[in-house]
Order: sequence, then structure tokens, then C-alpha cells
Amino acid sequence: MANEKPKLKLAVYWGAACGGCCVSVLDVHEKLFDVVANADLVFWPIALDFKYKDVEEMPDQYIDVTLFNGAIRNSENEHMAKLLRQKTKILIAYGSCAHMGGIPGLANFTTKEEIFKRVYEESESLDNPDKVRPTPEVDVKEGHLHIPHFYEDVMTLGQVVDVDYYLPGCPPQTERLVEVFMAVVTGAELPPKGSLVGGAPRVQCDDCKRKKSEKKGITRFYRPWEVTDDGETCLNEQGILCMGPATRGGCGVRCIEGNAPCRGCYGPLEGIPDPGAKMMSAIASMLEGKEEDEIDKAIDTVIDPAGTFYRFSLPGSILRRKQK
Amino acid sequence: MKQYTIDPVTRLEGHGKIEIFCNDDGDVENVYFQVPELRGFEKFVEGRPIEEVSQIVTKICGVCPGCHHMAAGKAADMVFGVEPTPTARMIRELFYSAHFVHSHIAHFYALGAPDFVVGPTAPKAERNVLGVIAKVGAEIGTEVLKQRRIAQEIQALLGGHQTHVVMNVPGGVRKGLTEEQRKDVLAKAKGFVEFGKFSMKIFNDVVLANKDYVDIIVNGPYSLKIHSMGLVDANNKVNFYDGKVRVVDTLGKELHKYAPADYREYIAERVEPWSYLKFPYLKKVGWKGFVEGQDSGVYQATPLSRLNASDGMATPIAQEEYERMYSVLGGKPVHATLAMHWARLVELIYAAERAVELASIPEITSPDLRAKIEKVPTEGVGTVEAQRGTLTHHYWTDERGLITKANLIVGTTNNNAPICMSLKKAAQGLIKKGVTVDDGILNMVEMAFRAYDPCFSCATHSLPGQMPMVINFRDMEGNIQRQVKRD
Repeated sequence: MANEKPKLKLAVYWGAACGGCCVSVLDVHEKLFDVVANADLVFWPIALDFKYKDVEEMPDQYIDVTLFNGAIRNSENEHMAKLLRQKTKILIAYGSCAHMGGIPGLANFTTKEEIFKRVYEESESLDNPDKVRPTPEVDVKEGHLHIPHFYEDVMTLGQVVDVDYYLPGCPPQTERLVEVFMAVVTGAELPPKGSLVGGAPRVQCDDCKRKKSEKKGITRFYRPWEVTDDGETCLNEQGILCMGPATRGGCGVRCIEGNAPCRGCYGPLEGIPDPGAKMMSAIASMLEGKEEDEIDKAIDTVIDPAGTFYRFSLPGSILRRKQK
Repeated sequence: MKQYTIDPVTRLEGHGKIEIFCNDDGDVENVYFQVPELRGFEKFVEGRPIEEVSQIVTKICGVCPGCHHMAAGKAADMVFGVEPTPTARMIRELFYSAHFVHSHIAHFYALGAPDFVVGPTAPKAERNVLGVIAKVGAEIGTEVLKQRRIAQEIQALLGGHQTHVVMNVPGGVRKGLTEEQRKDVLAKAKGFVEFGKFSMKIFNDVVLANKDYVDIIVNGPYSLKIHSMGLVDANNKVNFYDGKVRVVDTLGKELHKYAPADYREYIAERVEPWSYLKFPYLKKVGWKGFVEGQDSGVYQATPLSRLNASDGMATPIAQEEYERMYSVLGGKPVHATLAMHWARLVELIYAAERAVELASIPEITSPDLRAKIEKVPTEGVGTVEAQRGTLTHHYWTDERGLITKANLIVGTTNNNAPICMSLKKAAQGLIKKGVTVDDGILNMVEMAFRAYDPCFSCATHSLPGQMPMVINFRDMEGNIQRQVKRD
């Protein structure tokens, strides 16, 4: 038919990832039929048998949309990011790891050497008297073997290639993916390059159903065994640290609905480069006391502030890593 | 020396690469299965509070996040020396049953089935879940997607998040179940039992009814004689959530049975310079190399090894299927790698039946969700069966409950050496002088890998174009509401 539009060519790939982003794509459930009616999947290692060689053989810009999930942890991740950038018209950093570094980005609190030492030398179940370590280039009896170089730092996708859009979340809520996908399919006008899509322009608290009073009353934060959540009141007001005030909405406040505090996987609102600073100021505004020592005392009850405030965002934040 | 590379291995969760070396006669000399990545969770959870860790480690794997959440959650209970309340324990196990249903459905239909429904040497563009749906028809395809969706919905309800579950706190869970929700979950769980039986019927009709398939399962290059590991309850029945780790040898005799916290007496890990993934083995036997047989230190931790290591299933329909599997395959233990698919379906039925049992207990709606914590945190080990094998998390904390050390032995890691060996055997059986090594042959090598991280593959070209099957959709009372037929 003359008016039939060619199907979109879609790719999904993972760097340093857990597979949860791929599962979120599978979570379109019965809508899978709508997806395949509008798109051909041309590369998706979790589900399809196309190999790296097949991607290398594609002409440049052959793929319409690539959902790249996962952080950049090693040389293979970076190589594939560059290859897919070259082959793709619209490259989307899909999920917290590609967007901000995600949980694998917590590794930037430590170093490559410390990780290798722990995993290959100190681990309590290890039997490795010769301190063998995985090595990128190894000669074996039959020939030569290669594994990727493990980098010093975890990077975001945007730190190694040009990214067209960022779709946040760990993993992104599938409904947001479907909205973005349909916008591309229907040829709707897309936001400017580099925009964040599939997130709400408001913080979690704006979507949260828990009761919030205007009174400032926090004097300290509690550990789980020191407090019982009433299931109704704002978690922060109960002294249960929640990253909601510093985190973009769009997920449907899913963890909070499960009575678990937000940990910031959707990242900060646009224009906020440092979710930690944002959360500190949010905490300061919630405190009862305004004197410096009272604030300090309250902040001291936040156990592991860096690991909490930058839970998903260390590589993508202005800090990027812990000073070596 | 000729070298074939499969990069990346596909239809599994995660990264992997296979290097096959052939000698000048064209025979396979050796095969290396390389895991090209490491993220270092053991290191970067240091300094994190123990109550946060069960939500951090879900990101180890997005296909089985619930397993890491449970193992870490149980370890955190032990760190505080606290037992979860009976209600919390039931809610956790109910969630966990739904987690097995979701994962086993995804693996069976999306990762494994393409090799046997579409065909092992079918064009690679068709050898996937969409090809499976094209073959079985949209109506059955829709039912598969629907059942998996329902399993995800139950996980979201109980776990607080459909993927990266957030339910556990030391000593219990964050959220309870209302009576209305319990009834809803119960009805859905009954649907899982029917769907599990239906999936088994597909296996019967497509695989077992085909002599070539059975021959490949029993006599093909896909078998490996190694020891079997699995978690068992007090009656030595398979249990996913709790119990003791039992290891039986290649003849089916009990080799070890131990409390999970003692794992370091029984398991040790080896490092090879060509892979980032370590190689666990039975410590008391010792590392004897990548060799099979009764003297080998290599064990597997898979759906099949769980059945091998147990005396049966704790629910009736799963038990019937367990007995049927061993009777067809000639008794216990079974060493046919491709029988892992069959075992996975027995487990799918068990998980569904177990979910029905748990959702039938009225006390599961009790508000008694968390036990009181009174002890100073120290050290804890949590073990569950992940879909891909016995999973152990071990944490040490300071007196504030901040993690000082962590050690993890993850489901698939157990199977690192077996996967290498299975791939080598498959390659040796398939690649020979005069054989053209094409995509189809290499896919059949990959099938040896997929079985572990589920697959449902069989190397034959004699696939029926149409699969005769009947699916009955039943209501809660078991009455047939609708029937779909293909013949």
C-alpha cells in the first residue's frame, strides 16, 4: 500500500545493567502486539539472536531508536555505545544507569583496585592462593583470549556518546516507555535533543498520597527498628528518610506505595546537578530547629548520607566519584 | 587452529561470549565460556546500612531481583538475630512463589522455547518469542503474556514494585495484605496452576511426543554427569524460600546436607584469568579441573539439580509430574542438560500450587508484619533458591548496622564450570570435520548454555509445522470457561 509507513527499526542494548530495563520493555505485556505491529526489533540480546557482527554490518543510522540501558563500566560497554550511536538516529539513555550511573555507579565510592582485591583476593569463600585475577589479554594453550578492560570509573551513557533523550527510572515505568514510543511512531513533535522524556516536571511529593502537614517538626531520622511507619503520614515527617523531595516524579510513587521510602531513581528535576545538595536543603527546611548545631545533630542521624543521597546518581552528579 | 566466536551469547540475562578452538582435523579442541563483566556489588555495599542492602542488591539481576531481595532480607534478619513474624514469612513466600511463576514463564516461552518451537536452525530473525507466538497463534501468545502480567501484578502488590521489590525490613515486611487482596491473589494463583499444567502439555505435545526430541534429550551431546545441589525442607522436598542445602552425588547419594550459614565449609571458589566470573566447586571434594564424573568437584544448581537433590515436591500435581519425569527418563538422578526445561515446568507447577496454599491461609492478612528488633547487629547469611540456582548473601556489620564486608555466591555463578563443560561437550558433538559451521550449528552450541538459564531446546529439524494442542481456560471452581484448540 502506498500510504503504509515503513516500520520503525528498534534496538535494545545493555551496558553495565541488571536486565531490569529489558524486563520493563517486556512488561508492555499484551501491548507487545502493538509494538511489533509498528516496529521491527533488530537487536536485543536478551530476547533475539542477532550478534555484534550483525550490528557492525548495518549501515550508519540504520536503527531508528535504540534504548541503551546500563552504565559504562568497561571497554565493551563503551565500544557498543559508540557503535550503536553510529548506527542509530535516536539514541535514548534508558533507565537510571544509562541516565546517571545507577546502582553500579556506587562503585565510584571505591576504586577498581579495591573491587578486584575484594572479589578476587579477600572474598571469604575464595580459594585463590596465587591471587589470579581476570586479565584482558590471556594466552591459553589453544590460542588467545580477550575480555574487556574494567575501567577505573563508572560513567553515564551521556559521558561517552551524544545522547538524544534520557528516559529515567530503575527501571523506567513501562507506561512512560509506551508514551515515548507512540510519540515516535505517530511522528509527534519531539522535544529538543538532550531532553529528559518520560518523567514528570514535579517532585515525588506532588504525586504522593501520604498526609503532609505544613508544620516543621523533624528533630532526627530513625532506623527501621526505631520507628513504626503508620502507613499514612509523610515518611520524612515520621523521621524515615525519603528522597521524594529531591526526586522527579513519573514512576507513580511506586516504592512509597509499598511503604518504602524513595531512593531517587528518577533523578533530580531539570537544572539540579546535585541531588545531594538538593536533599540537604530539603531536610533543612523540614527540621524543627534552625540553629546550626541542631541542624548538624539532625543531619548526623542520617546514616550513610552520601550512599543515600547519591544512591542512583553518583557518576552523573557533579561529584562523579569519591576523591581518590 | 581455527577459532569460532559467539559474541554475545543471546537469549539469556547478562553478557557472555563463547570461544571455540578447533584443531587442524576440524575437531573441537577446547571451548571457553567467558563472562566479560563485573560490577563489584560485594565492594560497594560496604558502608551502606544493612536495612538498605536488600533494595540495592535487587539491581544485581532484573530478571530475578526478588531472589536477591529475599536472600539479603533473610541475611538482614540474621544480622539482628530476629525471625520474621509468621505473617511476614507467609507474605514473603507468597511473593516468592509469584516471582518463580513470572520468571519461569519468561524463561520458558521467551528464552528457551524459540529453539524448539521455531526450530534450532531456523533463521535467527525468527528464532525468538515473536516467532514462538507466530507459530502457536496470537490467542495462546496473549494468554502467555497475560499470565506473566498477572504474576508481575502480584509482585507489585506484595513487593511494592513490579521489578525491584522493596518489601523486606529486618524482621518482617513493610506492607500487609487485605482480605479482598488475598481472595484476588488466590483466584489468580489458581489460574497459574491451570497455566502450569497447560505449559506442561505443550512440553508433552511438542517435545515428548517427538521421538527425535526425546532421543536428543537422553542421548544427544547435551548431558553432563556432575553433582546436584538444592534447598530442601525438613522432608527433603524442594523448597525455594528456606531449608537446608542438600548435595547429592552423580549416583544420587547424599553427599552433604548443611545449614546455609555453614556454606564456607562446603563451597570454595576458583578464579581463572580469562573470565570475570568465579568458579565455585565442592570444597570437601576439591577442584579437579573442568571434568565430570563421581570424583569431580563440580556441581550444578538448577531446576534439575533441585529435583535431583530432593526426595520430591511438596504439592500434589508437581509431585505427580516429578514422578512422571523420572519414570520417563529412567530414574534419579538425571544428567540430561536439556531436561532442565522439564524440571523448570515441574517447578512452575509447584510455585503455582504453593501460591494457592499460602493465599488460602486466612492468617496471611494479619497485621502482625514485623518482629521487634532488640539485638545489636553483627553478621548474617541468607540463602534461597533463585530460579537459576542456590543463592547466598553473607554480610558483616559494625554495631551500627553498617556493612563492613559482604560475600555473595549467586545462582548462575554456581553453574559457571558446568556451563563451560556443557558447551564444550555440545561443540564437540556438533562440530566435526565436514560439518559446515553456520549460524544454526552455533545456535545449537548455545542451546547447551541456555538450558541453565532456561531454554527449551532440541536439535532436530523434524518439527511439526502446527502443534496440536488444547487449552482450557477455567474459572475459580475449575469449570471450563473457554477452550482454544489447534489441530
